Amino acid sequence: MSKLPSWKEMASGGIIPKGGTSHEKDVSGWRTYRPVHDMQKCIHCLRCWIMCPESAILTKDGKHAGIDFAHCKGCGICAQQCPKKVQAYTMKLESEFKKG
Amino acid sequence: MSKLISLTGNDAAAHALRQSRPDVAAAYPITPQTELMHKFAEFVANGQVDTDMILVESEHSAMSAAIGSSAAGARTFTATSANGMALMWEMLYIAASSRLPIVMPEVNRALSGPINIHCDHSDTMGARDAGWIQLFCENSQEAYDTTIQAFRIAEHPDVLLPVMICYDGFIISHTNEPVAMLDDAVVAKFVGEYTPARKLLDVDNPYTFGPLDLPEWYFEHKRQQIEAMRKAPAIIEAVGKEFGALSGRTYEFMEGYRMEDAEVVLVALGSTCGTAREAVDVVRESGIKAGLLKLRAFRPFPIARVRSALSKARVVGVFDRSVSFGIEGGPLYHEVRSSLYGGTTPVLPFVYGLGGRDIRVEQIAQAYRTLDEAAKRGVKERDVEFIGLRDA
Repeated sequence: MSKLPSWKEMASGGIIPKGGTSHEKDVSGWRTYRPVHDMQKCIHCLRCWIMCPESAILTKDGKHAGIDFAHCKGCGICAQQCPKKVQAYTMKLESEFKKG
Repeated sequence: MSKLISLTGNDAAAHALRQSRPDVAAAYPITPQTELMHKFAEFVANGQVDTDMILVESEHSAMSAAIGSSAAGARTFTATSANGMALMWEMLYIAASSRLPIVMPEVNRALSGPINIHCDHSDTMGARDAGWIQLFCENSQEAYDTTIQAFRIAEHPDVLLPVMICYDGFIISHTNEPVAMLDDAVVAKFVGEYTPARKLLDVDNPYTFGPLDLPEWYFEHKRQQIEAMRKAPAIIEAVGKEFGALSGRTYEFMEGYRMEDAEVVLVALGSTCGTAREAVDVVRESGIKAGLLKLRAFRPFPIARVRSALSKARVVGVFDRSVSFGIEGGPLYHEVRSSLYGGTTPVLPFVYGLGGRDIRVEQIAQAYRTLDEAAKRGVKERDVEFIGLRDA
């Protein structure tokens, strides 16, 4: 984590003085489950992109382009929203990845 | 320039608020504050002031609405008393920590229970750590003058803290006294326009108001509030002086009466100071070198100034109109004694006037005699003495 400002450098009143600051915060540590996306199954309907509360679904040229894992909290909404006939997402325990 | 008219404290404060031209008022009625807002609502209804009145369903809502309005960038006030302020409690802290310059006449009244609507200071003293500036008034004139100054103090960029104008319920709020009012234009110029550095309605400069402040940030925000309180005394003094140049009535942090050679000194707040002046004159005739120190600000508490003002005293008595259960003496006593820490002057506690119990000249004169005797006998410390209590 970068060095935090002293009280003299901070905006007063407990505010966050500008917009868009959540982008700077890495919340990957909040995840219990990680969405694993299968690009082979994906039909690029982008329902997950619309529904993701953290805007963590990346797109390129109107197509699914992966997941921003610094901001994905693992809520699983993407997997829920994925059409039943497609099921491009699987939610896996984060610990499985840490094992190596 | 000044018109002398007969006004109650509530009417005087209402006029001061009208002349300060607030954008928004949010309030809920509670005795003895009700007449203030009644009068102000009349001004709004008659078109004498262009303020949006928000009639809310409770004091918690009144302070919440005031916070929203102030954060949006509007000059905002509310007013309350006792249990009304107790219901605001949670929001008092949020107003102060959000650094919103809300102005609030707080008509001092005992906190229930048992139920009582009369004057004491338990309401304000309970809120002393909420982060508000607390200024006490002796009479209707001071209620008027202090309300006008409150906007300037609160909105000063070095301060940005809410200000409570404390005046005694019924004794000041409902008593007609001659009050010298300034012209509307003079007050409007003195108070000026409110131009906040940030406001939520400024959509071109977005920011987040009221976010979660976790352990890595909260401490620093509290330190900033402490800094604002440390800077407030200089601003309170400067505004009081500037107001003096305008009105002929200069306001300082405290006011001494016959303090030049005083050896037996009482420290008090509010309307009782008027009664205590009479008592000083009475006991001076019997040879006691009595003096009175009237404090205007309880928060920020002027420790160094109190120490200096009391440096020649042989004994100091402190008059509290509220109690802190479980320790001898009330909040004012503890602050005064802390101010004199390290010295040898005895500081002795009195508690009087709870729930509106009257305090008379002779009772205060007796307190001076008691203090004089205690000093002669070398008393350094004793339990609180209750004035006017049935104690047989």
